[in-house]
Amino acid sequence: MANAPLHIITLVKWVPDAQLERRYNAEGRIDRAEGVLSELDEYPLEAALQLREAAADREVRVTALTMGPAGASTAAKKALQIGADDAYQLTDEALIGADIWASSVALRAAVEAVAGAGEFDSGEPEYLVLTGMASEEGESGAIPAQLAERLGAHVVTYATGLELTPDRLVVTRSGGTESQKVAVAMPAVVSVTDQANDPRYPNFKAIMAAKKKPLTRLSLADIGLRPEEVTAKVRVLSTTARPPRTAGEIITDEGDAGLKVVEFLAKERLL
Amino acid sequence: MSNVLVFFDVLGEALSPTQRELIAQAQSLGEVHVAVGAYQGDPTPALALAGLGEVYLAETSLPAPEVAVVDLLETAVAECEAEVILGSSTADITDALARLAVRLDTGIICGVAGLNGELVATKSELAGSYTTTSQLIPAPGRPLVATFKPNSLDPQRVDALLDAGDQPDGTVLPVRPSEGGVEVLERTALKVSARPALAEARVVVAGGRGVDGDFTPLEDLADELGAGLGASRAATDAGWIEHAAQVGQTGVTVSPQLYISAGISGAIQQRAGMQTAGTIVAINKDEDAPVFEIADFGVVGDLHEVIPQMIEELRRRKG
Repeated sequence: MANAPLHIITLVKWVPDAQLERRYNAEGRIDRAEGVLSELDEYPLEAALQLREAAADREVRVTALTMGPAGASTAAKKALQIGADDAYQLTDEALIGADIWASSVALRAAVEAVAGAGEFDSGEPEYLVLTGMASEEGESGAIPAQLAERLGAHVVTYATGLELTPDRLVVTRSGGTESQKVAVAMPAVVSVTDQANDPRYPNFKAIMAAKKKPLTRLSLADIGLRPEEVTAKVRVLSTTARPPRTAGEIITDEGDAGLKVVEFLAKERLL
Repeated sequence: MSNVLVFFDVLGEALSPTQRELIAQAQSLGEVHVAVGAYQGDPTPALALAGLGEVYLAETSLPAPEVAVVDLLETAVAECEAEVILGSSTADITDALARLAVRLDTGIICGVAGLNGELVATKSELAGSYTTTSQLIPAPGRPLVATFKPNSLDPQRVDALLDAGDQPDGTVLPVRPSEGGVEVLERTALKVSARPALAEARVVVAGGRGVDGDFTPLEDLADELGAGLGASRAATDAGWIEHAAQVGQTGVTVSPQLYISAGISGAIQQRAGMQTAGTIVAINKDEDAPVFEIADFGVVGDLHEVIPQMIEELRRRKG
């Protein structure tokens, strides 16, 4: 099936702005009252759009999928402005406090629902899930592999380059001590790093066009899950703000600062 | 005593400092068994440590991104009845342990700095601005899967905790490489630096825009201190140094004993990657650079003058 349609489902997360102060609330959860589309999720979205643009003879749809509280719809809307064709938002009270385990349970059901809902003109689609390299606030990077395990999909993490061939996706990734080029069959989950591309900004025309694109809200029931199926396996016991670092001794170089730094290091037993 | 399974995705001729640290952490929790993914020849001599239990191997070496390491881990967990499964928080190990947690239907805690006898995990969150403790919600037969951040234990402490022992026998489990799915077309070894890996280094020297294209003085200082070499995003984006050197929110997060920042203004993005360092020394021409707000010792001055003088003084002291 050289030219089967491809449905790219890009996971985008609404996160507290890393440029501002981020905090935990009294329940031991990250305060999500305000947020932005995670910068790390702009790279997989850009990668999806570039794959769509490069595939002239293939029907490719880019769907943005977000999971989060009501405000997360702004992440989905931003993704539509940047260029996704349609968007879905999974939101449910029962998902508050979801850990990695519970998040991947919910995302698996959501991906399957979204992949099943897509209607394509040119036949049965294959699907590809793209994610950021990690979430900006959790920084675990464990969701792509868990999601793939649950979907029965292949997984490639930390992609720095992606290219579609007729039957597979060729991914360049950085694997610690070596760079690897791998070919992966669909369905696949691929996490994309900030080295992969330079994400585009939406222009006025794209922002206006996005208003007409569909954004569908899903509850747990809509994707066939009961609240008890997304109960977290890990609980947070305590959160303590780290005391802010304070400035120490600041000197201005008068020709001997190099000596003074070494003196300081010796005094602190750091040599 | 619990049974603890430690996963090494690659094992060379000797354990890396991170691998030694992981075994030391694991030994405080119970009897330690090891599962090894990729290796050459016989990997067991590197594991000649006192008190080590079983060493599990597949029928052949399983280099990443080989997904059969998850089969190896699943089988090894059953063999040694592991209640805790540990690995480092690198990409390939996180992938394997995340999948394993699904198969074992249990929770995973990533980026742990410490795990106590009650299996309460302590970790740093929100780029080092919070410390949290968390725990698996107990249930019968539910093991804990966790990844560790390197550099949480002092190397002298690790040395004191680990004693040499007999070379263990490897136990080969009936696990073979997977077929199809992800095919490796090409492997290119990345340039191996003689300097310590950034995430594991006890001392990090990092440069930014102020380096102005030439990292030589920082390289020399790093070598004088046995340090890892890092950079800000501005320096890696400018192409002055490889992207792998980037310290910050979207790069490597480091937590060394000593972090020397040269010519880096210290924007939030950068600070997020280094603010849990033990001691921070900053050198910058701009006295208003935000990095001075968090530096333990700061020099307002030109790094091209300060650093050569530091190197000279360090050499003089070494005699």
